[in-house]
Amino acid sequence: MFKKKYAALVAVMLVVGMLLSACGSKDSGNSGNKDGKDDNFTVAMVTDTGGVDDKSFNQSAWEGLKAFGKKNDMKVGKDVKYLQSTSQADYAPNLNQLIHQNYDLVYGIGYLMESDVKKAAEQNPDAQLAIVDSVVTDDNKKPMKNVASITFKEQQGSFLVGVVAGMTTKSKKIGFIGGIKSELIKKFESGFKAGVKTVNPDAKIFVQYAGDFNAPDKGQAIAATMYGKGADIIYHSAGATGNGVFTEAKTRKKNGENVWVIGVDRDQYEQGLPEDVTLTSMVKRVDNAVTEVSKETQQGKFPGGKVLEFGLKDNGVGITTNKDHMEHVSADELKKVEEYKNKIINGEIKAPKTDKEYDAYLSSLK
Amino acid sequence: MKRIFNNNRLFSFLIPVISVILGLLAGAIIMLITGYNPLLAYQSIIHSIFFEPYYSGETIRAMIPLVLSGLAVAFAFRTGLFNIGVEGQLLVGWFTAVAVGIGFGDLPKAVLLPLAIIAAALAGAIWGFVPGFLKARFKVHEVITTIMMNYIALHVTNYLIRTYLYTQGERTPSVPESASLSSKFLMDLTQGSRLHWGFIVALIAAVIMWFILWKTTKGYELRSVGFNPNASKYAGMNVNRNVILSMAISGAFAGVAGAMEGLGTYQYMTINSTFIGIGFDGIAVALLGLNTSIGVIFGAALFAGLKIGSISMQSIAGVPTDLVQIIIALIIFFVASSYLIRWLLVRLKKGGK
Amino acid sequence: MSYVIEMRNIRKEFPGIVANDDITLQVNKGEIHALLGENGAGKSTLMNVLFGLYQPEKGDIRVKGKKVNITDPNIANSLGIGMVHQHFMLIDKFTVTENIILGSEPTLGGKLDLKHAGKQVMKLSEQYGLDVKPNKKIEDISVGMQQRVEILKTLYRGADILIFDEPTAVLTPLEVKELTKIMKLLVKEGKSIILITHKLKEIMEICDRCTVIRRGKGIGTVEVKDTNPDQLASMMVGRQVNTKVNDEPYKPNGDVLIVDNLTVVDSRKVPVVDQLNLTVKGGEILGIAGVDGNGQTELIEAISGLRKVKKGSITLNQKEITNLSPRKITEKGVGHIPEDRHKHGLVLDFSVGENIVLQTYYQKPQATAGYLHYNNIYQKAKSLIKEYDVRTPDAYTPARALSGGNQQKAIIAREIDRSPDLLIAAQPTRGLDVGAIEFIHNKLIEERKQGKAVLLVSFELDEILNLSDRIAVIYEGRIIDIVTPSETNENELGLLMAGQKEKAAVQREENF
Repeated sequence: MFKKKYAALVAVMLVVGMLLSACGSKDSGNSGNKDGKDDNFTVAMVTDTGGVDDKSFNQSAWEGLKAFGKKNDMKVGKDVKYLQSTSQADYAPNLNQLIHQNYDLVYGIGYLMESDVKKAAEQNPDAQLAIVDSVVTDDNKKPMKNVASITFKEQQGSFLVGVVAGMTTKSKKIGFIGGIKSELIKKFESGFKAGVKTVNPDAKIFVQYAGDFNAPDKGQAIAATMYGKGADIIYHSAGATGNGVFTEAKTRKKNGENVWVIGVDRDQYEQGLPEDVTLTSMVKRVDNAVTEVSKETQQGKFPGGKVLEFGLKDNGVGITTNKDHMEHVSADELKKVEEYKNKIINGEIKAPKTDKEYDAYLSSLK
Repeated sequence: MKRIFNNNRLFSFLIPVISVILGLLAGAIIMLITGYNPLLAYQSIIHSIFFEPYYSGETIRAMIPLVLSGLAVAFAFRTGLFNIGVEGQLLVGWFTAVAVGIGFGDLPKAVLLPLAIIAAALAGAIWGFVPGFLKARFKVHEVITTIMMNYIALHVTNYLIRTYLYTQGERTPSVPESASLSSKFLMDLTQGSRLHWGFIVALIAAVIMWFILWKTTKGYELRSVGFNPNASKYAGMNVNRNVILSMAISGAFAGVAGAMEGLGTYQYMTINSTFIGIGFDGIAVALLGLNTSIGVIFGAALFAGLKIGSISMQSIAGVPTDLVQIIIALIIFFVASSYLIRWLLVRLKKGGK
Repeated sequence: MSYVIEMRNIRKEFPGIVANDDITLQVNKGEIHALLGENGAGKSTLMNVLFGLYQPEKGDIRVKGKKVNITDPNIANSLGIGMVHQHFMLIDKFTVTENIILGSEPTLGGKLDLKHAGKQVMKLSEQYGLDVKPNKKIEDISVGMQQRVEILKTLYRGADILIFDEPTAVLTPLEVKELTKIMKLLVKEGKSIILITHKLKEIMEICDRCTVIRRGKGIGTVEVKDTNPDQLASMMVGRQVNTKVNDEPYKPNGDVLIVDNLTVVDSRKVPVVDQLNLTVKGGEILGIAGVDGNGQTELIEAISGLRKVKKGSITLNQKEITNLSPRKITEKGVGHIPEDRHKHGLVLDFSVGENIVLQTYYQKPQATAGYLHYNNIYQKAKSLIKEYDVRTPDAYTPARALSGGNQQKAIIAREIDRSPDLLIAAQPTRGLDVGAIEFIHNKLIEERKQGKAVLLVSFELDEILNLSDRIAVIYEGRIIDIVTPSETNENELGLLMAGQKEKAAVQREENF
């Protein structure tokens, strides 16, 4: 007992000593940032709970920032940095932390951060913020002055993978699985369906929403039904729910069925291995978008209050560029894809992003 | 109430304090090994939560649900029940508060705000009642049922949001101002943190728990049942009814914790892909706080401080937030193992008589 | 002459108390030596010093004339000292043999040699008349048999000095007799025995000499044949003990408790109280004698509302209380000193004060409208603590910190203070020392004097015989006979308790 008390006392003293010495050294630690601010452009981002190695948005955004930093000789971890959130409660303090440290541009990665970015923007009118995949509006539904909203024309990329699907399908039956029905996912669905119908007007398209972005089991069940009904290609836009689609496709491929999955958001080639079920992927180049916005801001042209839409033209969306990952798509087909890409870029084709636009597009085909 | 402050009490009070210190020391060692500067890390925590109003505000804000979930665990524990279901009770409380806030948005604030909080408490109470009833009636162990109820709560609230209250951003719409706990005054005071009036609710809840347990006949019964159900039955108390009541009250605390998130911190509820963890943190908070009201407040303060401090720690000292989780885990580990040490000491003492 | 064990001027301190202060114990070879003292007098400490669990601050120990330094139990074992613990240290799932060889397993080429060990155990068992079956699992044998396994364990390790720690506390009267026989046989075979006890009767029956300690001090050693229970008791307690019996004339009033055709089943739906009839009158103590497990516990639980009644009725003061809740029954005037004070009688982590109001906390003046008045509670507690001489630092001390006797006094204070018409006292003096027993017996007799009905259940036949006005013998859930203490004796009761009603009748004929 006495020994224990003594040990505790020593421990207390150690900690107190540590804290005191730490407090003493505080000034030297903080001053660096402020001095450098005027000459150096600094940029940072807040990840959601996935962190920068999530093989998705956060990772892509961070890669973009790092590339941007490298090009401009910025110090990673200081001039260019990220803060990871351990829960959604962390978004706001993380954003604030970076704003308080006077970063010239602070990104919130992902639409889950919308309300936190909005609040931070309201509280810090001088800060320059950006959000990926969402539009931050003020109470009058107008985009906020000090927030750049980065969105993507997912319908365009989806249109292209739709073209691939329409040309590849043997059964003329194709599936689309969405996460949760929303404006955003509708863009994927509409663009994809338009692409399929453009090259294969007779194809039948099954559409189903899982109601969840995090339910691989549901994704697998839905995929099983669709493949069972004869679909040979499924395009998913369902986050982790889509992992179940891959699982189902791999199982069927092992059993000799010739089925495919089209990946989303990034090149999901590896996800299809070793059975190699990934036909192609619709990629969202968050890295390109982030680099672009950072560049503009550095040049003093912060696109605050704007809703930026990154499309095919800006290399914001597209189809897998790695040729090795497209081995199942023939050269002719690739040529066709290139054709449609150009048509979209020069405005000849307008990929639909809502049900209404899709219906209009369909009737224009006839 | 007059209580003696003997060695035993002092000892049980020392355990959490020593554990916290050991946890921090161990964390410092890990930082040194992994190449971070522990002095800078801890200094950044201390500095941010004590000297930067924004983080002070955020720390208190983070304390609010932790206090309430800690109280929920502690209350059940006083009756000998292990409520692992605080997480689920919190989620249903959160949803209910937001749903009531949105659904009855026309009511004046003086009516709507209390109504939303009470509704959340009721929802949590119902979620606690079910395991309590199953335990009392069918002797189903509450640990199992509360864990199950957590999953039910998670998926049911997600379903309800998706079906009835969905808006862009995977969440419900925000509650109207008349159901909001947020305060411009507190926000300005803390340079824009999300601190809200919920801290008063949390403090009142702590007083309520203390009052129920130590000042009322019901509390006397609950504690008696917790210590010795056999003697309580012998003395004419209805053990089963007390078990149910305890779980329901515990659930009510948890439900209010959810309301604090729904009406205060966020003003809405998101679709949660996994558990948010506040309910589980409540277990540690209660353990650290020795299941007393005041202890729970201190325990919650420590947890909230570490959590919010970790943001500065990550940003200034470059230490990953995962390390804070490790430190928290170490603290709990030391608390748990000191109980073991204490248990051994007590055993030895008894053997020696 | 040299003693087989000699402990001289032993002093052992613990923080705050001196557990042994200058105690001397000398044991002759081949004798049964009693170590007598109240609970907490320091008997166990002294024996733990001998067994190497504690190191004394002062004094020395000689074994067979040689000065030794016993620093751990292994040394004690090698010196031939063995301890038969009160709480058995046996593994339920192991057989008798496996338990006995545990810790010194014989091997044959690296393999456990159970066969040889079994034979050896058998041999020892026969030699000392222990009648142990080596291949039975511990969980399948009776408590008495388990104790013999403990004895065998020490013998197997070659002990010739055996310490018995309160060996009869857990035994039935019949088993006690068997144990007595075994101990005598052990001594005849050349072993020496130290018997730790506070039961005077046992000492008178089997011991040769007796060393008495009181509050850590050695009071003296006496030859048992030169002494009597009263002298031993006063040596132990430090004052004259009045082994007062129920000597007031028997003047019963009307029936307070009527149990009619009562059937109670246990968890396996087996009737454990079987169509039982019983009446307790005001102003009498009705003793229930019986071997443990014949339905006493269930009968009391049924009366006090803790167990559901299957058939029959229970009436208190002409009002039916069958299957009422414990609280209703308590309120109607039943007090209950429970059999297991730690399990049922007290909330050990509550303060003494909180325990005092365990049934009445919700009533005025302890509480109004659900709000507790702690001042009133502790006031009441303080006055009861004084009145019933509960030795506790204060009313705020946790009940856990009190000695068994004082815990029991607190329970009795609580139960009697409510002035119940029927007081159920189940094993009220189990494990208590003479002083506390005396106090409790007086309290029960006082209740009787006040015209209350007292239902006493006890495994101690002496207690039943000394206190009861009538004795009901319970056997397999029924009252098989009701006898008057003055017209019966232990032998007859023993036979009745074993269900041998005819033999008992013969026994009585022979006696009177």
